[in-house]
Amino acid sequence: MSKREIEITLINIHGLHARPATQFVQLANKYESKIEVIKNDLVVDGKSVTSMLTLGAEKGTLLRIRAQGQDADEAISKLIELIEGKFGEE
Amino acid sequence: MEIKKGIGVSPGVVICQAVVLDAEEYRIPERHISADRADKEAERLEHALAGAREELIELRDNTAKRLGKETGAIFDFHLALLDDQSLLEKVRDKIKTESVTAEFAVAAVLREYAREFLQMPEYLAERVKDVYDIEKRILRRLIGESREGLGNLTEDVVVLAHDLTPSQTASMDRKHIMGLAIDAGGRTSHTAIVARALGIPAVVGLNDVSVSVNAGDVVIIDGNRGLVIIEPDEATIEEHRRFLQRQVEFTRELDLLRDLPAITLDGHEITLLGNIEFPSEAANVLTRGGQGVGLYRTEFLYLEKETEPTEDDHYEAYCKVIEAMDGRPVCIRTLDLGADKYTQAHLLIQERNPFLGLRSIRFCFQHLPLFKTQIRAILRASMKGDVSIMFPLITTVMELRQAKMILRDVMEDLEEEGVDVRTDVPIGMMMEVPSAALQCNQFAQEVDFFSIGTNDLIQYTLAVDRTNERVAPLFTAAHPAVLRLIKDIIRSGQRYDVGVTLCGEMGSDPEYILLLLGMGLRTLSVAPPIIPELKKAIRSITIERARRVARHVATLNTDKQIVSYLRNQIREVMPEAY
Repeated sequence: MSKREIEITLINIHGLHARPATQFVQLANKYESKIEVIKNDLVVDGKSVTSMLTLGAEKGTLLRIRAQGQDADEAISKLIELIEGKFGEE
Repeated sequence: MEIKKGIGVSPGVVICQAVVLDAEEYRIPERHISADRADKEAERLEHALAGAREELIELRDNTAKRLGKETGAIFDFHLALLDDQSLLEKVRDKIKTESVTAEFAVAAVLREYAREFLQMPEYLAERVKDVYDIEKRILRRLIGESREGLGNLTEDVVVLAHDLTPSQTASMDRKHIMGLAIDAGGRTSHTAIVARALGIPAVVGLNDVSVSVNAGDVVIIDGNRGLVIIEPDEATIEEHRRFLQRQVEFTRELDLLRDLPAITLDGHEITLLGNIEFPSEAANVLTRGGQGVGLYRTEFLYLEKETEPTEDDHYEAYCKVIEAMDGRPVCIRTLDLGADKYTQAHLLIQERNPFLGLRSIRFCFQHLPLFKTQIRAILRASMKGDVSIMFPLITTVMELRQAKMILRDVMEDLEEEGVDVRTDVPIGMMMEVPSAALQCNQFAQEVDFFSIGTNDLIQYTLAVDRTNERVAPLFTAAHPAVLRLIKDIIRSGQRYDVGVTLCGEMGSDPEYILLLLGMGLRTLSVAPPIIPELKKAIRSITIERARRVARHVATLNTDKQIVSYLRNQIREVMPEAY
């Protein structure tokens, strides 16, 4: 059981709107680990698309992603890859 | 006021407020359930979610194929909403803690999200549409499968829908449904049969009535003229009220006939039986003056519940009918599911041509345990009265023999188990496929009676799908080829001393009564509300005249000529009915 937490800035144009949020939760749901996303003091379930949307995270927002579970390491690195890859936009 | 023209399939006029099945999806009244039903509701929810998910995956893949992966990905968001556990938890929780229906919980939770999204930045406010879309998709699933839609009515309504499935009609609260109007269908669609059985007016083939009416609108359904009048003005309502008054007087007159025999003016006695679908209709056969049940359709047993009926479910239903008939004949037809009578949801594999597919007796042969369960129940019930058994859709002599063999097997099983059964239960077959009609002399040597199912006989002879509104006008009992098959069957019955009943819709139309009696038919089985009218017609004619009519019809070459000739003939003997 491992726990990882990182900070990352959204760099894609649209921020966490519906499509990126969908991609995020689809990816997050592939892992057993509990995944939480934190913006300021707001902590939401990284596997729930409605919760992710309520973050209202736009471009330039600093997010903290916390993963807890056996596959936490892999989950975090894949999620970083997704965000840094701008969710495949352009 | 708006008037829609369709096909009147069940007579009568009704003025009533409307329940619209297809437009109802947005109006989800909060409906509390008893706490012990929460599990059942949760189950329905999961079922609906699974269905919606499947639908969406297909939609996404098809869209991706047609318009590219990017466009298909729009539905990924919808799928993510469906898979959103924190959202679903709220729905599940609401069902349990507040004891509400799945429909209400879904609508309440999703609308809460929609409101929240509306307060978010613009790009999220846009997503409200998706939330509504997914709400609609789940609700459609829930409402589509819920049998409560028409089950819990508290006031009289008429039902307007695109189409009604047999399972919907099977679960209808029939006390409060005063009329039916649907977009689809022809003269002998399932809706028509049910409406006639219930004795309520119905109009089908209206194309778009289900989207033209709002729930709660006042609607006139005129089954005589095939009209639906939406939000009628005062004068129109008054006119129809007067008509209703006259109708009541006519019906009262017909009721006086109830205890009189169905006998022609020249003394030939005709047997009038009732077609029923539900045990509760049995009493209606007697109050309308029927002499027994000529066709007991047993499909409702399979459509009413999610699970297959047990032997005792069958037995209890049959006993109810037999007891209500009190010694009068009851003819039970074995399962005739498939094609128009089987909801798509039950089909494991979509058939390209269900009317020519695995239906009815064919289905039974491939599902022997199900078939034997029903036969056991019929044989057990046969001890209680004058029961006969009838096999549907027999096409070849081998099929008949196989069905009879299975019947004998079941009989032996029961005897070995020490269960009392009648070993001489009369065995009959439906004559509803041209191949059987053409071979009726062979069949006559192997059964006790024939029952002519005109609906299927017509559709298979004329190659017309009676439920397809675009070709439905081609569906007619008056086609000379159909009439010839019917005549041959009746003749064959006479020659081999095999009873012949006609149980199709054709028998319900007084227009055909002269012709049918003229051909030699002496037993008809019709929807109970039709019996008085038919009896009145029979009591107004002579067999001599009927024979003359039949001889003349045999010289005519087109259905149009035949229909207009028959219409004139019946008008002469029964002017008040037209």
